[in-house]
Amino acid sequence: MQNLKVVSNQRLNKDHALLELKSEVLLEGILPGQFANILVDKSQNVFLRRPFSIFQVDYKCNSIFILIKGIGGGTRALSKSLVGETLSVIFPLGRGYTFPEKKSKVLLVGGGVGIAPLMLLATMLKQSNHQIEILLGARTGEDLVELGNFAKYGTVHTTTEDGSHGTKGFVTNHALFGDELKSFDRIYTCGPEPMMKAVARLAYQNDVDCEVSLENTMACGYGVCLCCVTETTGGHRCVCTDGPVFDIKQLKWQN
Amino acid sequence: MAELNIDIAGLKLKNPVMTASGTFGFGVEFDDFFDLNSLGGFVVKGTTLHPRQGNAYPRMAETPSGMLNAVGLQNGGVKYFAENIYPRLLVYNTNILVNVSGSTVEEYIACAEQINELDHIAGIELNISCPNVKEGGMAFGTSCPAAEAVVKAVRKVYNKPLMVKLSPNVTDITEIALAVEASGADSISLINTILAMAIHAESRKPVLSTVTGGLSGPAVKPIALRMVWQVSKSVKVPVIGMGGIMNATDAIEFFLAGASAIQVGTANFIDPMASQHIIAGINNYLDRHNFKSIKEIIGGLQL
Repeated sequence: MQNLKVVSNQRLNKDHALLELKSEVLLEGILPGQFANILVDKSQNVFLRRPFSIFQVDYKCNSIFILIKGIGGGTRALSKSLVGETLSVIFPLGRGYTFPEKKSKVLLVGGGVGIAPLMLLATMLKQSNHQIEILLGARTGEDLVELGNFAKYGTVHTTTEDGSHGTKGFVTNHALFGDELKSFDRIYTCGPEPMMKAVARLAYQNDVDCEVSLENTMACGYGVCLCCVTETTGGHRCVCTDGPVFDIKQLKWQN
Repeated sequence: MAELNIDIAGLKLKNPVMTASGTFGFGVEFDDFFDLNSLGGFVVKGTTLHPRQGNAYPRMAETPSGMLNAVGLQNGGVKYFAENIYPRLLVYNTNILVNVSGSTVEEYIACAEQINELDHIAGIELNISCPNVKEGGMAFGTSCPAAEAVVKAVRKVYNKPLMVKLSPNVTDITEIALAVEASGADSISLINTILAMAIHAESRKPVLSTVTGGLSGPAVKPIALRMVWQVSKSVKVPVIGMGGIMNATDAIEFFLAGASAIQVGTANFIDPMASQHIIAGINNYLDRHNFKSIKEIIGGLQL
């Protein structure tokens, strides 16, 4: 647990903000998919911390980036954090995505604010010279953020529900989910649960490895409240400590 | 520095701050945050004779100044605890209690018998107050005959300190407290969570998979204080107070109401260091008011 200083707060669109939080303690070994549990200003009447994926790490500046979509009172308050204020953050928490052992062709699929863990993932996959395709879906073109930065690490494709950017429809309507899907060694995904289940179903059908990052409501974030469980082949497991990233083979999602 | 040590019916606490069952895992999860030996004691997760998967997700709902949970005593069973967790607890030099629950009196007895074999476990906190299980649990804590039966039965097989954790979901908490005292409880802890519910208006569905759950956090503190005050006036055994304690001031209020020790619960979810801040704050309060010992403020409410 640390008090991190807000060094920048970039508003990306009407409800997305990107916070840069600087640490006084040397950062090391943060894995994509790991998360930070952030305390919200008590005056906002928010009782519990809010968990966020770690979006990016800047080891030179010793800071982490957090992508926030203002949805409820807690996220909206945090998205309006002021430069110079400090936030109580417990991080890094949870188990992140795993990396392929040999050079691989991988597909990253993000939906909505679920793109959050994929930036650090893309960064680290690129460092290992994997071939990376990135598919990002949102309701409208305005809701798609950080496309330029994603493009540094792989080929970016988009889908929008209203057709205002990229292919019209859901991520699974994109051509990448056609015959080409079998050519991928692994799919990484994060987004709304119905989207991840649809991605997982196609991954099962095409026999492609797939890792998903879940976002169950949690009270603590470090495995003691047992509130955020998901059903796995090994019984109820905490999303905060056994996840948030799971191999779809561990989950009971086939049906 | 005032003296913080206190004896609770055979439990020698170096300070009156414990952490509450279900909010502190098996303790080991907090090793990264602070030295567990700084605590008066801690109570590990509710343990039953047989393994339990607990309730389906969703199990938690945030509410104004608190939260609901419906975990349903997910645990690996007492055998798993004894073989896999207990060896890891031997390194700690503080009072470790196991919270014991069951669906039948026989299950409570069998579980307590196995805990009795574990030398490093200082005592049992008998959970007759879990609102989130279909059978047993709270049913034992909401009627005097049922509470008497389970406490007497466990008392026969367990010869170390026996703390009984009461449910607030009763008409008169003092009746139950007197019943468990007469049945052999060494001390009484209260309150467990308050039966409550949350509804999602847009979907017109309950938030929790079990519809109802247990409310904890600052929202319940005034009720907990009232019950600790009532019980401590009624019984002779020590009372351990809990319910929404977030800081040292909250803790002091419980001592004034009659608690001899306190447990920090839901606060552990928000600030894993909460118990540490509370110990420091109690010290500060005692010094500020020129008290030499925590004992001087127990039941010290000025009426």
